[in-house]
Parts: sequence; C-alpha cells; structure tokens
Amino acid sequence: MPQSADNVLDHFELFRGPEYQQMLANKKKMFENPRDPAEVERVREWAKTPEYKELNFAREALTVNPAKACQPLGAVFVAVGFEGTIPFVHGSQGCVAYYRSHLSRHFKEPSSCVSSSMTEDAAVFGGLNNMIDGLANTYSMYKPKMIAVSTTCMAEVIGDDLNAFIKTSKEKGSVPAEFDVPFAHTPAFVGSHVTGYDNALKGILEHFWDGKAGTAPKLERQPNESINFIGGFDGYTVGNTREVKRIFNLFGVDHTILVDNSEVFDTPTDGEFRMYDGGTTLEEAANALHAKGTISMQEYCTEKTLPMIANHGQQVVALNHPVGVGGTDRFLMEIARITGKEIPEELAKERGRLVDAIADSNAHIHGKKFAIYGDPDLCLGLAAFLLELGAEPTHVLATNGNQKWADKVQALFDTSPFGANCKAYPGKDLWHMRSLLFTEPVDFLIGNTYGKYLERDTGTPLIRIGFPVFDRHHHHRRPVWGYQGGMNVLITILDKIFDEIDRNTNVPSKTDYSFDIIR
Amino acid sequence: MSLAQSQSVAEIKARNKEIIDEVLKVYPEKTAKRRAKHLNVHEAGKSDCGVKSNIKSIPGVMTIRGCAYAGSKGVVWGPIKDMIHISHGPVGCGQYSWAARRNYYIGTTGIDTFVTMQFTSDFQEKDIVFGGDKKLAKIMDEIQELFPLNNGITVQSECPIGLIGDDIEAVSKAKSKEYDGKTIVPVRCEGFRGVSQSLGHHIANDAIRDWIFDKIPADAAPRFEPSPYDVAIIGDYNIGGDAWSSRILLEEMGLRVVAQWSGDGSLAELEATPKAKLNVLHCYRSMNYISRHMEEKYGIPWCEYNFFGPSKIAESLRKIASYFDDKIKEGAERVIAKYQPLMDAVIAKYRPRLEGKTVMLYVGGLRPRHVIGAYEDLGMEVVGTGYEFAHNDDYQRTAQHYVKDGTIIYDDVTGYEFEKFVEKIQPDLVGSGIKEKYVFQKMGVPFRQMHSWDYSGPYHGYDGFAIFARDMDMAINSPVWKMTQAPWKAAPKPTLLAAE
Repeated sequence: MPQSADNVLDHFELFRGPEYQQMLANKKKMFENPRDPAEVERVREWAKTPEYKELNFAREALTVNPAKACQPLGAVFVAVGFEGTIPFVHGSQGCVAYYRSHLSRHFKEPSSCVSSSMTEDAAVFGGLNNMIDGLANTYSMYKPKMIAVSTTCMAEVIGDDLNAFIKTSKEKGSVPAEFDVPFAHTPAFVGSHVTGYDNALKGILEHFWDGKAGTAPKLERQPNESINFIGGFDGYTVGNTREVKRIFNLFGVDHTILVDNSEVFDTPTDGEFRMYDGGTTLEEAANALHAKGTISMQEYCTEKTLPMIANHGQQVVALNHPVGVGGTDRFLMEIARITGKEIPEELAKERGRLVDAIADSNAHIHGKKFAIYGDPDLCLGLAAFLLELGAEPTHVLATNGNQKWADKVQALFDTSPFGANCKAYPGKDLWHMRSLLFTEPVDFLIGNTYGKYLERDTGTPLIRIGFPVFDRHHHHRRPVWGYQGGMNVLITILDKIFDEIDRNTNVPSKTDYSFDIIR
Repeated sequence: MSLAQSQSVAEIKARNKEIIDEVLKVYPEKTAKRRAKHLNVHEAGKSDCGVKSNIKSIPGVMTIRGCAYAGSKGVVWGPIKDMIHISHGPVGCGQYSWAARRNYYIGTTGIDTFVTMQFTSDFQEKDIVFGGDKKLAKIMDEIQELFPLNNGITVQSECPIGLIGDDIEAVSKAKSKEYDGKTIVPVRCEGFRGVSQSLGHHIANDAIRDWIFDKIPADAAPRFEPSPYDVAIIGDYNIGGDAWSSRILLEEMGLRVVAQWSGDGSLAELEATPKAKLNVLHCYRSMNYISRHMEEKYGIPWCEYNFFGPSKIAESLRKIASYFDDKIKEGAERVIAKYQPLMDAVIAKYRPRLEGKTVMLYVGGLRPRHVIGAYEDLGMEVVGTGYEFAHNDDYQRTAQHYVKDGTIIYDDVTGYEFEKFVEKIQPDLVGSGIKEKYVFQKMGVPFRQMHSWDYSGPYHGYDGFAIFARDMDMAINSPVWKMTQAPWKAAPKPTLLAAE
C-alpha cells in the first residue's frame, strides 16, 4: 500500500505505483476492448505527416480545439468593467454558469453574473416574463447601479426583442424607469467573445449617449481635451489597465478608461467580498462622449464601437494589442498627437530600458521560430514584437480571425525580412496548429493554457501568453502593454528559452558542455 | 472554536430560522414566497429535509446551477474516453466545458482517446437559418477520416438544435448504417430542457439505453468469460482518479470490475454492463435511471455506496459484500482490516487539528450528503448543506442517513443567500464550486472546491481519505487566514473570540 499518513500521495504520485499500474493495465486488457497498440502507433505517426495535414486542412465542417469562445463571455467581461454593474444574460442559465466559471478560473476571482433562466416554456412563449421577474429580482438583491443585458443563443434563436422587453419590464415596475439597463444582442453563432465585447460596449455607450433607448434626450457632444481608452477583451486587464493609467498620468492627460476591470478582477482578501469594485463610473461613461478622441488597443474588439464613436465626432485610433517597442511607440505617439502633449521623458527612459534589454538578450532570440495563436489583435501584437526581436513568427493562427485579419498579418510580415517565411492562418483551430507543428516545426509556441496539449504532443515548448491561462497563477496581474509590459513579455520568452537550453544540455557525461553558468 | 458549539440545538434552530427569514426579506414578495420553500432547518426524525426541489430556478437571482448539456456532455458522456463527443451548436458550451472536470483516463489523446478535446460544430448564422443536419453528417465523415480509431460518436445537443428542428436522430442513424453499424448516439440535451443539469443526466442515461443497450444483438457473445463476481461501478466520474481508488478496493475484496461509468470508461465497458451481477452506484442522482433500467430489463440489482471516509467505506464494503458469498464477505473484512492502520494514522494526525470545526456545503449530485461522514470521521461537523439539482429522493436520503438536527438546508441556493448564510453562521470551512470559491476566500473563510477537489484528489476510497484529510487541514489551518486583517486595523471579532 503506497499511501501513508506521513507522506500523503495524491494523484500526482499515487497511481504510479505497481498496485495501480497493474490494475489499470488489467482494466485495459480485459474490459476496454483496446485497439492494437501497433495500430495506435501507426495512426499516431500518420497524424504527424504532411498527408494527414492535407486531410486536416481540408476539413470543412468539423472544428477541433478552437481558440475562441462565444459572444456573451465578452459581454459579461464588458459589463463588470462598469461601476456597480451586474451582467444579466437573457436565455438559458447554464451559459452563465459557464462564463462565471471560465472567468474565475482565469482570474482566480469571483465573477458575478445573473441569468434570466429561460426553460422550455420560455422557448415556446418567449422570455418576456423571465426578463420582467429577473430584472426585479436582480435589482432587489444585488442593488446594482446598472444592469447590462446580453443574450445567449437560445434567446437569439427564438428572436426575443431586448429593447421591447426591457421597456415592458420597466413599465411593470421591475426597475425604476430611469434605471440604466443598456443591452446588446450577442448571438453565440456570430463571431466570438471579441464580437460580444464590441456589441456590449457599443450598447452601453449608445445607451448613455443616444437617449437611453428613447427615454431621455440624446446628449449633445461638447468636446473637451480628454481621451477615452478601450482595452478590449484582455486576459491581462488587471496589470494592463493599471499600466495604462500610469502612462496617462505621466502624460498628465485627462482620460477615461472605458471598461475598467482592474479592480473587480483583483479584489483584496481582507474579510469582505466586494461584488462590485472600481469600474468606469456611469457618469464617466456618459461624459466619454465629449472626449477629443478614443484609442482602442484592440481593433477587432471594437469594429462596431469605434465607427460609432467616430460618428459622434471623435477622432478614433485602432491599435492591434501593441506589444514591444514599435507598438508602444505608436500608442504613445497617438496619445501625444491627439492631446498635443509631449511624451514624458520618463517614458522615453522606459523605452530606452526596453531597448537596452533587447540589446542584451536578442542573440538568444534572433532567428528562433515561433508559432502564435490567440485572439486576432493579440496575434498581431506578439508577431510585431517577435519581428522586432529578430525572431520569426512562422505560424500565426486565430480561430476568430478572418481573411481581412490575415491580410493585415501578411502586411506586417512584409515589413520585415524576418517575416519572409511566415504565414497567417485565419479561422483555423488548434488541431490545424498540431499539424503545422509536426510538418513545419518551430522552436516555441505562444498561446493559452490549451497549448499544453500541443506542447505534449509535438514537443514544442509552450510560452503561456493569452486567455485563458488556467494552469499558471497571477499572470493577469502583470502588464504586457507599455514598455514595461514589453519587458515582461521579453522576460517570459527569455526564461522559457533559457530553461529549454538548460533542459537540453543537462545530461551528465553527455552534454556537460553548453550547460553554462553564464549566458 | 465555532459559534455553533456553544449553543444548544434549540438555539441553533431558532437562529437558523431567523437567518432564513432575514435573507428572504431581500426578495420581492413573489420571489420570497417561492424561495422560502427551498430553505429550511432540518428536524431530526423527519423523512426528508422539508424543502422543495427540482423546480425551475428563479430568473435574476444568480443560481449556481448549470444546464442539461452540462449534465449530459459534462458529466455522463464526456468521460467515455474512446468515443468522440460533438458539442453540437455554437462554440461556447464545448469551450467552457473543455477538459474542465478532470475526468482522469489513460489513453493516447487524439488517436484512440478523446476526453480532453473539444469537438464542436461551431454553428454559424447560416447553420441556424438553414439547419445543421448536413453539417453534422459531414462532421461525422471528417471524424471518421481524421480520427479513425474512435469507437463511437455522440451528438451533444446545445440549445439551438431543438429550436431549429434539426433531426439529429436521422443523421445518426444514416451515418451509423453507412459506417457498418458504428455506434452513433444522438443526445437531446439542449440546455433549456429541464431546470438544471439533472435532466441532462436522465436524457444521457436514456440515450445509453436506446442507442447502446438496445443495439446489442441478443445473441452477442460477451468479450470476456463472465464470473460470479462481476460488478460495474456506476456514477463515478474519476475526478482526480476517484474511480481508480474505489476500483482497487472492490478488486481487493475479490470482485471483478467489468465497467466504469463513466470515468475512464469505454464503449466496451458500457456494452458489457448488462452482464454484471451487481451495479454499485455512487452518484445516485446522475445514474439511478440506467441502474433501475438494468434492474428491470436484465435483472441486475443495484446497491448505493459511499466511499468517502473510513466509516462509510467500511459500511459500504460490507453492504456490497452482502450481495455475494462468504468469500467476498471475508474479502471485505480483510480490506477493512488492511486499511485500518492507515485510517487510524490519518485520523490520529489530522483529527486533533480539525476537531470541532464546522463546515457548510453546497454542491451537486451526491456530495452534499456523501461527504458528511468523512468530515465526521475527522471530528468535524456539517452545519449547513444543499444541492444544486437534487430531487426529493436525495433530500430523503440526506435526512434519513446524514444530517443532524438543526442543520440549515438550502436547495438551489442563490449567490445572495449563500453569502448571507455563511456570514451569519461563520463556519470554519465552506465546500462548494469554483464560482463560490473566491467569494468566500475574500471573506476570509477557508474553502475547498468539492466538485474538482480543488485540483487535488482522489477523495474516494481509503487512499482518497488520506488526501481529503490533508486537504481539509491545509485549507483550514493555512497561515493565510490569520493575515486577512491588517494588524493596524484588526478589530476583534466578538463571535469568534467568545467561542475560543
């Protein structure tokens, strides 16, 4: 018996002993009707071949291990970035359990969200009563300042009309007439979580700016000197938002962070559960109309929101998740351009430090090949940084990227000799990536937690950057934006490179050379 | 240490009733009336817990429940390792449930085993408008081509499927025929069906009956020589290896486990089960349906058991053995005796650190009652418990065999209620899920996830109990909980001080 009170073995070690190994071998042999091991081996090898890759890339209907989620997740992310706001997702309740779990597993934080809990009767008769009761209950129980409504695919398929439903609910007294209930239709069968982010944010801004669904006069824009900032769906929102605020403060620029999750996804453990914390105030959301301009860090999270803002008379800038020197340069220069302020010397110094770090370390990255997958903007930002480092972003894959995105990635490749042999893969999934890693191997893979399966199968070391990251803790607390964020990304990449070098040179009396103490 | 100890049962009951009344005040009148039926203080001797259950959740209250898809794909079908489970519909459901449940297995993932993969039809608008049946048929072809060693396919319906009128049964039948009688199982587990995960379990059970059992030719030869000691483990999902640390005990007592449902399970094991002599059922809630069916159709008796904590394990081993001859009965005694020193050592080590500590639970399936004995083996006391998706027969079992007089019971608890109950009762530990974990930790309350074992486990069996005890100790006695108050702010908490 391997178990003991003195040295308690859990799943990491318990099952490796002979008792369990024998038991599992017997189970397989006697009862599982297993495939012939030779056949398993043959298929395993076949799945690594160019021939398999061709079949794999010929898939038209099946998706395997996609790197995207559905719209309402993005809508929930947006909602909790506003002060005292609870997301209310109209449709089946299981979806909400999933969004909450997903966000909690990444941020290691509570994630509050309610559902209108529609069931079969609502599927037949529509979910109006669920909306009426749901808003009333949420308002009484959780005392929000705002309830931001979005939809699951169930409500979308049966065609529930949020605008009319919310109006009726208010007439029935679920919430006071003047209470803010912005909404967005977020069908899961269109786009992905980044689309949901876009729709939800647009819904909230239009609510405040354009007369609260016909219940208030439209705001008239009175331009001021402030600037709006939109981060987009971002697994690093805690660290990033704080870094961006610091940058704006160094500039001395009046700014509004639209969707500020930095507090609600980073609350203290001090004896009090804060369901709401921080967030863009509703007043700020309304006054954001008057800003001189809006900068979005993620173009594909704001494809509808930014044009809407531009239509209200602001300058808008769409960036692609800038990481590194060039991306941050552009971000800062856009702030300077819009506000007419000079870039603070402090930031120039930080830039110099990042360049210094790259100069110190680039020999270890130069010429290395990387595969990247993730949201469309993240892929662009990371690819641009790798090119700066003299690395080759050989495969760049976004399940929720389209051809337009791929053209943009190609245009980026074309700016650098290091992009010559690189390719973008729009709409592909991680099973496609698996074939790529076998047939056109790279040195490192950058992606989220699910990349660990690719690392295991293909032996390509995984650098975890993306969303979700479930199996490493606290990454979301560090910025990846700004020069300091670039420094964090650089260090993350370097640590993996050095770990791999050591791992490949640590065999005594075989690779004693190269196992260097100084690198 | 805890507040509860210094009070009489009558006082506790009065306090708990007061807490319930107070919590209900937050709701609009109609909601308060409905929620009141789900909250109660247990009276010893009653046949159930006095709460309504398996009723629709109220909109907008932050229920912790999931859906039928979660019950079918996430619980029952997902762990069957050599079949490919298509999350049929939009991408989200499969994405959020992808590998999240830690149903351990052995196999070559992506080649002959597929548990930790996410196969989805990734519905787009055109699929909603024109229907998804052609796409589904094509998906099955592509699966056959790219994953030729799969032993079967299931179609796990997401909400839109039932709303747009797709005929997944017809597609499944046609493709099964095309692929020489291949097992292809359509499952109507759309998320809007029923009131929780529970209906999904039932639908999934029925799908096994209709699309696996009923397809087995009556004259089919068994793959192995039957023995008089063949049993199947039903309702163990092998979370963190639970089914393995259970199986080893059954085998040690002389039984032969011919199937695991469904953790580390395979199609062949499902098909073999009608030949078993006894079905031993751990999670009654999710798999009583198929157990009853096998009893009716194949005459296989079933026996509920509980492998949490040495008291219940010994009781269960003896109960299981009672279905067999003396050889097995002796085997059970031998196993109990073999592990007794380990159990004594575990309890000697951890009980002094945990004695008198109070626990509040809120979980699904069997755990709101099944783990109570394990806590009691460590000298701890469960002062509140509730189920996400129980039916009344679960509350009957809870009342008759598990909870103590005065325990606060909450069915389909809302986020608000659970926070308030914990705030007022101040337990030493809360055991619930990922959505609750951080809420309570922020409040300074030690917490263990009791769905995923907080990424630890196994907790079942004797080996599992050692881990359970270690984990509860590390949760409650972690130094971190002494640091939640800044020293310059620390104000004494009267309730806790009074009890110390």
